[in-house]
Amino acid sequence: MNYHWNWGIFWDASPEGAGTYADMLIGGLRITLAVSVLAWMIALTTGSAVGVLRSLPNPWLKRLANAYIELLRNIPLLVQLFLWYFVLPEIVPEAWGDWLKSLRDAPFYTAVIGLGLFMSARVAVQVSTGIAALPRGQMAAGLALGLTLPQTYRYVILPNAFRVILPPLTSETINTIKNSSVALTIGLAELTARARAIQEFSFQVFEAFTAATLIYLVINMIATLLMRMLERQMRIPGYGAK
Amino acid sequence: MFSNFDFQAIIQALPYLFGQGMVFTLTLTVLSALGGLMLGTLLALARISGGRVLSTVATGYVNLMRTLPLVLVIFWFYFMVPYIGQWLLQESRPIKVGGFSSALLTFIMFEAAYFSEIMRGGIQSVARGQNAAGLALGLTGGQTMRYIVLPQVLRTMLPVLLTQTIVLFQDTSLVYVLSLTDFLGAASKIAQRDGRLVEMYCFAALVYFAICFLASQAVRHLQSRVAIIR
Repeated sequence: MNYHWNWGIFWDASPEGAGTYADMLIGGLRITLAVSVLAWMIALTTGSAVGVLRSLPNPWLKRLANAYIELLRNIPLLVQLFLWYFVLPEIVPEAWGDWLKSLRDAPFYTAVIGLGLFMSARVAVQVSTGIAALPRGQMAAGLALGLTLPQTYRYVILPNAFRVILPPLTSETINTIKNSSVALTIGLAELTARARAIQEFSFQVFEAFTAATLIYLVINMIATLLMRMLERQMRIPGYGAK
Repeated sequence: MFSNFDFQAIIQALPYLFGQGMVFTLTLTVLSALGGLMLGTLLALARISGGRVLSTVATGYVNLMRTLPLVLVIFWFYFMVPYIGQWLLQESRPIKVGGFSSALLTFIMFEAAYFSEIMRGGIQSVARGQNAAGLALGLTGGQTMRYIVLPQVLRTMLPVLLTQTIVLFQDTSLVYVLSLTDFLGAASKIAQRDGRLVEMYCFAALVYFAICFLASQAVRHLQSRVAIIR
């Protein structure tokens, strides 16, 4: 192979003026983490709400939740981001559209909201599956004790359901981090985009991608460890033991 | 709001969108799914019945692919394949690889990791007695796998494999980052040429939704029919 390796590239000054190529990667990592954390918060809250709606006895609420899930699951994330980024400012009243277009960090907000809602559909499915997996008696027992339906959800159903779905939620957390890279298409300078920029500036393509790959591996390992710790913390002694 | 929504722009673009874009997307999806399934099955077999080295390599590969964002993997292969080709063919300079071949190879290698997890789950769910029975009948290990285990795995896992293929169909839209003319790429090229972003992206979303929704309903229907009752 006549590829010219140069691992020292990361300590060279980047042509962007400030800092080295390594700083570019760190800046990208920061944005990847910020987008992932904020999007994951939206996904958890919205997803849990929709998941609960889907588990309620009212058929209309169930249909509404299903429509939400099907809509967000059957359109590719990239297309959804384009809808938020390019289409939304055009179809709202003009003054709002102008305001949206003038936002300085529009790609960042778009990525957070678009990715958050995309992941919320997946969280919703997990939450309602978790609720459905609980023994029916739990709901009946809660109601029989005189709790209202919201109280039964709050104190009986949800604490148990979330414990059931923690392992699949771990992989959705990692999916959120991975999917944040799709936002490079709307100009977000996240980790993959920065690795690509290093390749364009310096032609050191494999060093840049290797560094990005290692960073993704480390983030995923840390995310997995944190979720495992959470699982251990949350475990109810004796419950669910086989 | 939608007052100047131009349906004519969509109608005029239809031959290009479907004749070029959708054909590209579907070809890429089908070939990647078939290639990914074959390679994925081999990876699953390597993990289950390969030697220690082989199974470690396969496990490492599957885990690596499942940790990386698809966009990064697409870039990796796009830049790496010319050098690998040069090394394999002993050429003097990196070979030229077309966008489609590069994307196809990427998706086969990437999806193989996901398909291998599905196949591995399937193989492990086939009752162990069947393996023993196959061997007792005088079949070799390979024959038992080929004639007894894998046909059942394919059948029970078919709905999951198809669901993964729907995900793959959506994921092929990411070849946008290589400026290829898949369905979304075609829509985006027209959108930018004619300044019809709203029409093109709404239409693209609608088409993806219709296809994926109908396909997933069909898979759900299939699921109830192919289930083997044990």
